[in-house]
Amino acid sequence: MRKTSLDMVYELAKQDPRVFFIGSDLGVGTLENFKQEMPDRFFMEGVSEAHIVSMAAGLALEGKIPYINTIATFLTRRCFEQVVLDLGLHNTNVRLISSGGGLVYAPLGPTHLAIDDIGILRTIPNMTIVAPADAEEMRRLMPLTLEHQGPIYIRLGKGGDPIVTTSIMNERHLKFEIGKALLMREGGDALIVSTGICLGAALEAAGHLAEQGIQSAVLHMHTVKPFDQTQFLALATKVRAIVTIEEHTILGGLGSAAAEILAETSFSSPKRFKRIGLPDVFPDRYGTQASLMERYSLTSGRIVSVVKELL
Amino acid sequence: MNESTNPNIKLGQRSLDLRKAIVQTIASSSKRGHVGAAFSLVEILSVLYDDILRYDPKNPRWGKRDRFILSKGHGCLALYVLLAEKGFFPATELAKFCKSDGILGGHPEYKKVPGIEASTGSLGHGLSIGVGFALNARFEKSDHRVFVVMGDGESNEGTVWEAALSAGKHKLSNLTVMVDYNKFQSYSSTREVQDMEPFADKWRSFGFATHEVDGHDVTALRKLFKSLPFDSTKPNAIICHTTKGKGISFTENNLAWHHKNKVSDDEVRALMAELSGAST
Repeated sequence: MRKTSLDMVYELAKQDPRVFFIGSDLGVGTLENFKQEMPDRFFMEGVSEAHIVSMAAGLALEGKIPYINTIATFLTRRCFEQVVLDLGLHNTNVRLISSGGGLVYAPLGPTHLAIDDIGILRTIPNMTIVAPADAEEMRRLMPLTLEHQGPIYIRLGKGGDPIVTTSIMNERHLKFEIGKALLMREGGDALIVSTGICLGAALEAAGHLAEQGIQSAVLHMHTVKPFDQTQFLALATKVRAIVTIEEHTILGGLGSAAAEILAETSFSSPKRFKRIGLPDVFPDRYGTQASLMERYSLTSGRIVSVVKELL
Repeated sequence: MNESTNPNIKLGQRSLDLRKAIVQTIASSSKRGHVGAAFSLVEILSVLYDDILRYDPKNPRWGKRDRFILSKGHGCLALYVLLAEKGFFPATELAKFCKSDGILGGHPEYKKVPGIEASTGSLGHGLSIGVGFALNARFEKSDHRVFVVMGDGESNEGTVWEAALSAGKHKLSNLTVMVDYNKFQSYSSTREVQDMEPFADKWRSFGFATHEVDGHDVTALRKLFKSLPFDSTKPNAIICHTTKGKGISFTENNLAWHHKNKVSDDEVRALMAELSGAST
């Protein structure tokens, strides 16, 4: 997903002279082609994320579209105020490409685990937050980032994430749009809402549930902010149980956004709801993204059991 | 170059009039403001807007304009009276300073105020934004310049030095930092709170062509600003030695006037009397 995203930045830059790239201190050879072919639009500014965000805002105020890439935690926690003021308040067209959203950097420990990025950025007016499910969805998203007004946070997965979107998109004739959730599967008993790579688990769970006679809709909320309230509520109205799953703390992210809307809606029939996500703790183990997902039950099995419990 | 302000320097009529306009703004609106910071900036800003910056108040987003950022946004009263005088917005806005129906807040906002290039108020953002502006000017091969006025207290922020590293690396000779070095921050003297000395040497070591000047001496300021850029391969830094609250005996170096939120009528009269008396 990261490779696709950065390759797309290069492709977009070739088409559009407004596109700039800024890295902090990325891996050797990152976007070497961009650097060689468009050196006046390529910057590697050192380990200074706060400065980089404001500098990008300066470029954006002049009409440019800067894409910044570095590790998600450093692009959200470290420079939060710069993101709030220089991107949010000024509503600048800066794109934050965050490496290692969620538990990707499991072996590197809590300093590198971006498990709160969606929650903290969701509080910023004008911010758009997108968590694609796979590289092909990233390919659909990136061209749209040229004309979108305002800052965008793009959450990257690990790389090599299974491709789950394309065949369903084709089958169901779906079109990717920022801010519009994708109904990947229909079902009238339960609604499973996912973001990012958790779409895979959601689809798998819906399959298992169907084998047991429970029909679940799967709504892929790739854009967590702005939240597609219209589609979410249209689907929620029809089902008895609603479950969210995200590779993120249960505080402030997808599940919280859904809960806020559900709590303020009067349904004619009762609903049951549960968030699946990371508990309010710092993960205490290393290992792999997959092993931490398993440890904290971000799995299709967990979705199945929660849906059954709620019904 | 001067290393400190000359306490005997006589402020010219223009300097006194601008200070009166600041006092009048406070008196006619919300009776509050960062008085000390505004008074310390008057000559730096008036020389910039009278003699140095290229701008068109009727077309504030004119592409060829010089970009000016007041990174120490709390000094905005001095900037507002100048922008109003130059015609960026009607002078009637000054009487609505910090009022709910006004565009002029206690810190300047990009989206509200014509002539404001960036919303500042939280310290340590302006220079980084200025680096972005300067890189863009270079990319566009435009000869417009970028000026950032910062505070000495502001220079405590780590981001200032991240931005300084970046400006030095890119050899942004189209970028000028001016530090309003009045030696006081909110709590106490800069020496007590966080001593920035050797201040000029810090800027030099970050790759800036650095000069020092008396920040209330308009002749010296004008001469120095007109000599920019100092070096075609370096960004410019100008340490402007100033006096906080400059121009009034009881506001100079008096931290009670760093930020005042209840300026009384008696105080307004005393301020105006001294400014008027000094001009005779």
